[in-house]
Amino acid sequence: MQSGKANHLWRKIKSAAASAVAFISAVLVIAPLGLVFFHLLVNGITSVNWDFFTKLPVPVGEIGGGMANAIVGSLELLAFASMIGIPIGVLGGVYLAEYGSARINSILRFLADVLNGIPSITWGVVVYGLIVLRFKSFSAYAGGLALGLIMIPLILRTTEEVVLLVPNGYREAALALGVSRWKTIVHIVMKTASKGIITGILLALARVGGETAPLLFTAFGNRFWNHNLSEPIAALPLQIFTYAISPYDDWHRQAWAGALVLVTGIFCVNVMVRILTRGRAASVV
Amino acid sequence: MERVDRSSEPPSTGEPAPACTFQVQSLSIWYGEKRAIDNVSMDVASNAVTAIIGPSGCGKSTFIRALNRMHDLVPKTRVEGKVLLQGDDLYSGSIDPAIVRRRVGMVFQKSNPFPTMTIGENVVIGLRLNGIRDQKFLNERLEKSLQMAALWDEVKDDLHKPGTSLSGGQQQRLCIARALAVEPEVLLMDEPCSALDPIATAKIEELIYELKSKYTIVTVTHNMQQAGRISDYTAFFYLGKLIEFGPTTKIFTNPSDRQTEDYITGRFG
Repeated sequence: MQSGKANHLWRKIKSAAASAVAFISAVLVIAPLGLVFFHLLVNGITSVNWDFFTKLPVPVGEIGGGMANAIVGSLELLAFASMIGIPIGVLGGVYLAEYGSARINSILRFLADVLNGIPSITWGVVVYGLIVLRFKSFSAYAGGLALGLIMIPLILRTTEEVVLLVPNGYREAALALGVSRWKTIVHIVMKTASKGIITGILLALARVGGETAPLLFTAFGNRFWNHNLSEPIAALPLQIFTYAISPYDDWHRQAWAGALVLVTGIFCVNVMVRILTRGRAASVV
Repeated sequence: MERVDRSSEPPSTGEPAPACTFQVQSLSIWYGEKRAIDNVSMDVASNAVTAIIGPSGCGKSTFIRALNRMHDLVPKTRVEGKVLLQGDDLYSGSIDPAIVRRRVGMVFQKSNPFPTMTIGENVVIGLRLNGIRDQKFLNERLEKSLQMAALWDEVKDDLHKPGTSLSGGQQQRLCIARALAVEPEVLLMDEPCSALDPIATAKIEELIYELKSKYTIVTVTHNMQQAGRISDYTAFFYLGKLIEFGPTTKIFTNPSDRQTEDYITGRFG
């Protein structure tokens, strides 16, 4: 009896200790996110104002100005990157899930995973060699291409996974209606998996939206408006980088503000993903 | 008792049926090295219900899926022999499998209405994806198909609701309506009631009975009572071979093969 009670107490202590360790670990995981955001907020919020979103950067020494060109530039780069990354990534993912032999697929899958692991600055170097040197100019095209190339394997893998989740019964049902294979894939399979595919695209956009390294010697940055895609273009992460390593206090404040805007934007994309995928367990994909 | 009343059309003797939809000749099917169907030949009568029975793994589903080329999708599957549909060889190189499947519709074991579509969209999707845009025609076909599937009265006010919002039995009838909407010549059913409760099963069985005036129906079932109730002809498969095939009355009352008798009387399977 006595030993049974002692045993019970000991087990309770062990259980409480395990819970505490798990709790502390969870806090340690979340804490950096909170700290980063808090720090950005404290340092950046005062410089996030109307001017920041609407004005160009001002020369050193002048107070004020904004990052309007960098914000728009980032959006332009993302749009161009999407034109490359989304079609190739989605179609490649569909190919992996629906066509192709098992052996070729496992090779392609492996290569895509290797591509996903390549440091992003490498893409910048590759595009520098392929595009910038050839056309003798940094350009929005080059920056968008670098980001698009990073998006391809990301989107490809997520698309493949969600397309594979579509139960085979739907494919068979459509084919049994005399619907051709590609129409079945486009109208039934991809439609069923569309939420998952869009989620993958948004996550890829959020990922490359914050990339700086691949833009360093491709998009290069620009202190002025530029809507000619064959010219260097500003991008938010680049501008943050340039301002952060500068010796000027006012630029530092702007860099904080830029970082806050960037993180908030990416946070919003992630929230959108959460909303899209809500109830995903209940639906099919 | 009930079945005897109904089976006025099929011959009660073993004579060949007057018209046949399918002529299956020396059909063998391999999954890789494994032979799932072994040299099966049989004629499927038109406007009649043919039931395929047999224990699990005997090749029932494999056989029925060969009748509309569903095996094309499975890699490493090999089909040998001939399947003639009204005289057309379904496996000749010149025939498009999509055309085959438009002529030979299929209903599956697990009801599978498309989850992204409404009830109405589910019914006409086959027509839409085959290029038919005429809304009036689609609406007519929608109502007609749902009526043939005995579902119209239950869903006519809910056509815009998701197909997956229906009950299991209704979903299966929706799938039947979807298959009928493209006006096939044949309806294949792969254990259409195995996931349904007795009441829903009874409805589907009644439906099958009514549909045979317009369609040739081949159904797989693991329920022998069901085969007895709904079919005019029964084929007994065992280990990939067609053991016995004939009018249902004969198979169930006076089978000529010992294995058939053992299976039907519940001695194995």
